[in-house]
Amino acid sequence: MSRWLRSFGAFWYDFIVGDDWRGAAAVALALAATALLVHVAGVNAWWLMPVCVIAALGWSLRRATTGRS
Amino acid sequence: MNALPLVLTVFVACAVEAVEALTIVLAAGLTREWRSTFQGMTAALIVLAAVVAVVGPALTLIPLAPLRLIVGALLAVFGLQWLRKAILRASGYKELHDEEGIYARQVAAARAASGGRRGWVHDWYAFTLSFKGVLLEGLEVVFIAITFGASQGNVGLAALSAAAAVVVVAVVGVVVHAPLARVPENTLKFAVGVMLTSFGIFWGAEGAGASWPGNDAALLVIVPLTLLVALGYTALLRRTRALVPAGAKEVTQ
Repeated sequence: MSRWLRSFGAFWYDFIVGDDWRGAAAVALALAATALLVHVAGVNAWWLMPVCVIAALGWSLRRATTGRS
Repeated sequence: MNALPLVLTVFVACAVEAVEALTIVLAAGLTREWRSTFQGMTAALIVLAAVVAVVGPALTLIPLAPLRLIVGALLAVFGLQWLRKAILRASGYKELHDEEGIYARQVAAARAASGGRRGWVHDWYAFTLSFKGVLLEGLEVVFIAITFGASQGNVGLAALSAAAAVVVVAVVGVVVHAPLARVPENTLKFAVGVMLTSFGIFWGAEGAGASWPGNDAALLVIVPLTLLVALGYTALLRRTRALVPAGAKEVTQ
């Protein structure tokens, strides 16, 4: 049963997150920061997501092509 | 919001995955047995339809803001994955998806494997090969169709668009009777990656509480911007690759 659960979890991890977990982490952090800026600081931080996603993509590609992924 | 991006994105994503599933179905059917292959394919399509029928309406019960936050996050992560692979392939750091090569490997494996009857399935190998291929490729499509459809309140249209793509690829597959190696898969994946990432950015930020300048019209800037950045990264990597010594150029992931 635990082996089945592990492979089930591994399948969904691979399916959604894929080869580089840092991209998923960057998206989660960017969304959390956007929510904090909007709801706590009162800043309409619509610009944060595009900046973070573009940076995360560049970072992920750099790691992949320099053999550090 | 206009339904055209929904229809196009789901159609293209589904067509790409259907081409990959077709390769596996053809390998199973032509080398093993068509009846068991069709049984496997039908069983997988029933599972996929059930997932859409259950998860799709369930998602529409979630209030729009949290739904867009979750869907935005998932689409952005998923889109980054597609875009990363497409850019690495387009810049030569990763091998292009080769349908003919995959077909040859599947055929060799199917010829070497032993058969065996199980219940109403005459050839269990052909059944499982076809079932797994269609289910795994189809899950990506279902994921995109459900998330896109739920966020726009139109899961039905997304499902219809996905079904249309499957029918088109199936008809072409029957006519050609070979893997669709000429389909520019990476270009299509590149386009889908751009759309998924763009909508992920848009819905994610909206779900987190931000308001886009110009509301939905902001997408007219986000999509071209994502495309330009992706093309820029591709060009940059192509240039970098030309300077790297041979042998150190391929990435494994």
